[in-house]
Amino acid sequence: MNEFLHQLASGLALGGVYAIMALALVMIYQATQLVNFAQGEMAMFSTYFAWKLMDTGWPYWGAFAATVVVSFLGGLAIERLVVRPFAKAPVLSSIIVFIGLALIFNALAGWLYGYSVVTVDTPFSGRPWFGNVYMSAHESGAVLVSLAVLALVYAFFRFTPLGLAMRAAAQNPTSSRLVGIRVGWMLALGWGLAAAIGAIAGMMAAPIVYLDPNMMGGVLLYAFAGAVLGGIDNPFGAAFGGFAVGVLENLIGAYVVGAETKLSVALAIIIGVLVWRPSGLFGRRLVARV
Amino acid sequence: MTTPILEAKGLKAYYGSAQALFDLDFTVEEKGVTALLGANGAGKTTTLRALSGLIAREGDIRLRGKPIGALSTEDIARLGIAHVPDGRGTFVDLTVEENLRLGAFTRVDKKDLKLDFERVFAYFPRLAERRRQQAGTLSGGEQQMLAISRAVLMRPSLLMLDEPSFGLAPMMVEEIFRILAAINRDEGVSLLLVEQNASLALDLADHAVLIETGRVAMSGSAAAMRSDDSVRMAYLGY
Repeated sequence: MNEFLHQLASGLALGGVYAIMALALVMIYQATQLVNFAQGEMAMFSTYFAWKLMDTGWPYWGAFAATVVVSFLGGLAIERLVVRPFAKAPVLSSIIVFIGLALIFNALAGWLYGYSVVTVDTPFSGRPWFGNVYMSAHESGAVLVSLAVLALVYAFFRFTPLGLAMRAAAQNPTSSRLVGIRVGWMLALGWGLAAAIGAIAGMMAAPIVYLDPNMMGGVLLYAFAGAVLGGIDNPFGAAFGGFAVGVLENLIGAYVVGAETKLSVALAIIIGVLVWRPSGLFGRRLVARV
Repeated sequence: MTTPILEAKGLKAYYGSAQALFDLDFTVEEKGVTALLGANGAGKTTTLRALSGLIAREGDIRLRGKPIGALSTEDIARLGIAHVPDGRGTFVDLTVEENLRLGAFTRVDKKDLKLDFERVFAYFPRLAERRRQQAGTLSGGEQQMLAISRAVLMRPSLLMLDEPSFGLAPMMVEEIFRILAAINRDEGVSLLLVEQNASLALDLADHAVLIETGRVAMSGSAAAMRSDDSVRMAYLGY
């Protein structure tokens, strides 16, 4: 029983990372109907940036804040300079661009920082919190940070004029332009936010899975499985799916298939959902009129 | 003579490589109402889209004498042209109130916003009742009211309407046209009205432009158009 609860708890910790990563995917998907395959590598690159800052003596939260801001600006710049020119291109072109971006960030990280695994500090060290024996302090902290990110993103989209404009631009670009919303910038802002959220996911994942240029490959796959499970057009479904996949992955990895093959759990979830319930648990069923 | 609020000279528009408008000339006077009439496919909707910069266009377009022919849709909207598109352009997943707030999104001066909301709700009390409701669940007429209200909250100097009567019950049409007249009269907003229902449009308009296959076939005062035999037979049906 103890072992089971332990697995469940650490599943929740990584699930939080998957949840906010899934949220980043959904944010771009809702505006463009495209999945950004470079989201994971962008997050990995951000994490290296944070690690480098800490390596040069920055305090953790200073490095954290700086990384979030720089990632936001980086995401903005990538949309403006790289993604934008392909806005009217066929879907396949955009996908190739995303894959290219992923390869570039992966290679760049290897070139700049090397391929050996490094450990990243956590701000949540010491004894487990609240006498919670099933979770390390970092795992508790990661869950809290994930929940905080989800709450902040919700508040931003729900209660601010800018958040409303971004929802409008994603939903109905033409009507948005007719009321004067600069739809192109809303999209760029979405990329910036997704990159910033991804950076937080990376920084929370790194102390658990360790940092190397391929760190986020698996994480992105689980996040994608979470987004598909919850419904890729529903931010809350996707976040829920992220947590669910984290727990499932850990439990199935521990008791059914073994840790080495647990990535296959993500693939099984993706395929299973797409076959039996393509719109996910909370997604809206799309009916295309032919 | 004062500068017209909107003046188009030699307006051309294109869908891809196909030309849809051929050298249209027309004006909307300050505080005036101009109706664009014509059959299906004549180019009425296209004209509004060209003015808003939603499609490729050429020609001299001026808002109060200022050229706007090269501006983006967003900038044209910010200069005070509100466009209620065909199909009403509702943000269906957002609430009625959120739809309205989007109309006021670009306004720097939010001071009078509350008053403006009250004024809009006075025109359309039904929207006030449904302000928390998802806009996609409104009836067609209510969505038309919402679209007009969203445009009014932009505080436009020119309001362009694309078939506001389309698909609505006669009583609803009557109410909407009564309120359009009030918006024109009380708020001094000029109107450019695209309508298939020519007799309705000519009642509201002071000027009318008849478009046929992307060209101006005739234009003049609404009264003159109404008494013109060919217009009467082809578009008014008596």
